Amino acid sequence: MLGWELPPHNSGGLGVACYHMSKALAQQGATIDFVVPYDAHHSSADFMTIHAATRLTPLERYGLGAYDSKAVLSKTLSSADASDLKDMRGVQKRYVQYVEQLIASKDEQYDAIHAHDWLTMEAGIRAKQITNAPLIVHVHATEYDRSGTDSGNPLVHEIEYQGLLIADRIIAVSNITKSIIVQKYSIDPDKIEVVHNAIDVADLNDGYVYDYRTYRYLEALKREGYTIVSTVTRLTIQKGLTHFIRAAARASEKYDKFAFLLAGDGEQRDELISLAADLGISDKVFFAGFVRGKQWRGAYSVSDIFVMSSVSEPFGLTTLEAAHHSNALVISKQSGVGEVLKSIFRYDFWDINVLADQLVGIATSRALEDTLKHNVSQEYAQLSWHDVAKRCLDIYDSSRKVAV
Amino acid sequence: MSKRGITLYLHVHQPFRIRQYSVFDTAVNHDYFDELSYDTDRNNEKVLRKVAEKSYRPMNALLQKMLDTHPDFRVSLSITGTVMEQLERWAPDVLDSFKSLVNTGCVEIVAETYYHSLAFFYSKEEFVLQVEAHKNKVREVFGIETRVFRNTELAYNDELASWADNYGFKGILAEGWDPVLEWRSPNHVYKPHGTRDIALLLKNYRLSDDLAFRFSNRQWADWPLTVDKYMDWVNTSIADQPLLNLFMDYETFGEHQWADTGIFDFFEGFVGAWLSRPENTFYTVSEAIDAYEPVGEINMPHTVTWADTERDLTAWLGNSLQHEALKNLYALESDILRTADNDLIADWRKLQTSDHVYYMCTKWFTDGDVHAYFSPYESPYDAFLYFMNAVRDVRWRLHEYHKTGGLHG
Repeated sequence: MLGWELPPHNSGGLGVACYHMSKALAQQGATIDFVVPYDAHHSSADFMTIHAATRLTPLERYGLGAYDSKAVLSKTLSSADASDLKDMRGVQKRYVQYVEQLIASKDEQYDAIHAHDWLTMEAGIRAKQITNAPLIVHVHATEYDRSGTDSGNPLVHEIEYQGLLIADRIIAVSNITKSIIVQKYSIDPDKIEVVHNAIDVADLNDGYVYDYRTYRYLEALKREGYTIVSTVTRLTIQKGLTHFIRAAARASEKYDKFAFLLAGDGEQRDELISLAADLGISDKVFFAGFVRGKQWRGAYSVSDIFVMSSVSEPFGLTTLEAAHHSNALVISKQSGVGEVLKSIFRYDFWDINVLADQLVGIATSRALEDTLKHNVSQEYAQLSWHDVAKRCLDIYDSSRKVAV
Repeated sequence: MSKRGITLYLHVHQPFRIRQYSVFDTAVNHDYFDELSYDTDRNNEKVLRKVAEKSYRPMNALLQKMLDTHPDFRVSLSITGTVMEQLERWAPDVLDSFKSLVNTGCVEIVAETYYHSLAFFYSKEEFVLQVEAHKNKVREVFGIETRVFRNTELAYNDELASWADNYGFKGILAEGWDPVLEWRSPNHVYKPHGTRDIALLLKNYRLSDDLAFRFSNRQWADWPLTVDKYMDWVNTSIADQPLLNLFMDYETFGEHQWADTGIFDFFEGFVGAWLSRPENTFYTVSEAIDAYEPVGEINMPHTVTWADTERDLTAWLGNSLQHEALKNLYALESDILRTADNDLIADWRKLQTSDHVYYMCTKWFTDGDVHAYFSPYESPYDAFLYFMNAVRDVRWRLHEYHKTGGLHG
């Protein structure tokens, strides 16, 4: 298994998905070597062997921006310097070298190479060449998703294209992602399996008790009858948050008792603060900054309605976390998680009138709000990582037979 | 025939800066102005102690020396309520040295809003309360009455002059801005348009800003500024005219222009050089008004300040963040005042200090002149978020402890 991050050293959902998928695979009998590009202790991952490809700390690796491919220079892997670990390409080259050494040092054969996203695809291709094991490329996000508007960094796009082309099988986290792979990368749809992510409910039932003082002001608003609308996300263009703010202003025109919580940070923060001020709703919009621990859980707990406003979201794990904390969900049609839930509202990410209508509708109807919360809480719990692991094992099996 | 004189007026002020006050502090901690870290310029005690050491102590010693040496030396000071509170807490000796200056009888205290606020543009009632709070504080600390008024940032218009006239002030200060003055000189006493019994003194901004802004600038063609050179300019400006109004921030001496620029020596040398001629003197602002009759009427329908090349309020009220901040703050006025809760009212008023919205200024993004807009925050947006959270907390206290108003404002 070739990954870029695992909790608690993750900056997003990629690490969370890799962790739970690996855990479920191990429980079904798989033996996993998991390679990460940094060196750190992962206390709750003793079900697999974690290999550190470099001596970098997780924090140093954050600086290289797993999600911000703009930081990548147009440098081929062969021209990169594996000793320069301040450079993303240098780290990737070292990662490939490490994977080569790991394979050489092993006596037994690997049954499958499972590579997650573009960061590890070159290593995956190399591993396939050496071992002749099938390469499964797991797409959590494409460069097209990350850039939000255009095709993004051409080098990253090229690496993704090579990986998708050479892969024996491709796993896409949603139909949306599958169609992007087909349309933007011209890959044969028959090679692509859609395996939606899941949520580990047990992981969230860790004795957490919501502390009402964490968001005390918002709780006071709730006592006055306010509806809290939240999102937990990076404040970046891909997330469609300017539309969210505009819809917040539109909804507030129709119904006064809204407060909007944005938990997260990112390069778009200042623009969103200004936009809220321009629209005259600064007092209704709360910027919590980057949250962890009880401030992170609390953001879900204080919230009544969770919005995923993404312009392009391969899956969207945060909505399942929100469902676990009894939120009604409003999800853009461009977000993959909407494919596996029924009791939700959906809207086109750009359609602020529809989003505003939906928010007002939920806030002004107790019955609607309660029904959405209750029904979605039944649906999200059906999504199991064990089912994901089963599908992965099937895919490993079938691709090995093809390869032989 | 009165002597020709310099009216030196210095403005002393420090705000209560807001700490990094987050969503998670709101409705929990009410200590907006108490930065814990001593390593940041958001720490009010740290800044006050630093400025006291670099500016207030050496400059007050120098002013005392000038008063002791030269019987004709005069200076006028406006000292905001917020800086007086800070001096009482962290540098009481500095406040004592201000009292010594005032006790010479040659130092006038100028009136203004206690909280250095823009209340005049948001609530006339609140504005008057703050002017009176300042008058009371000056009476309590210095035992004297204020007679001449200056508004925050010298923000002035005809309406303000009429108010000050009706209130009973004998004089008011404003910027001597060319587009208003046209062919006229700032070196006279004027009468504000539409007033009966109040005089207007206008800042000579060229000669004031030579000291306040340019003194230590090595890129300036006239650097270094010597006493002889400045005396030449002063004599040229004041030829056949009675007054030279030098208005600036007190912190020019020692803080904006550090001691090693030679600003203190320059000041001492200049005072001596000016008074070495028998036809020259200094005036307090009241003395200048008593010495000369107005030569004409000045009309300023639109607000003029002493800031920036635009001389307007855009550094404080130029973007939507600033408007949102003050709109939400002043919306609480009647509910806050009804509580008679002095701590709550004082915190609400400290948030009115104009520095808070100044820190939200985004003009420098276009001007590229970052250094002109000093701020203790990482960005104007951070300043805005901390401020808004503090406003919400004030609202929460109002609601929680007084059951008045509601969180919806």
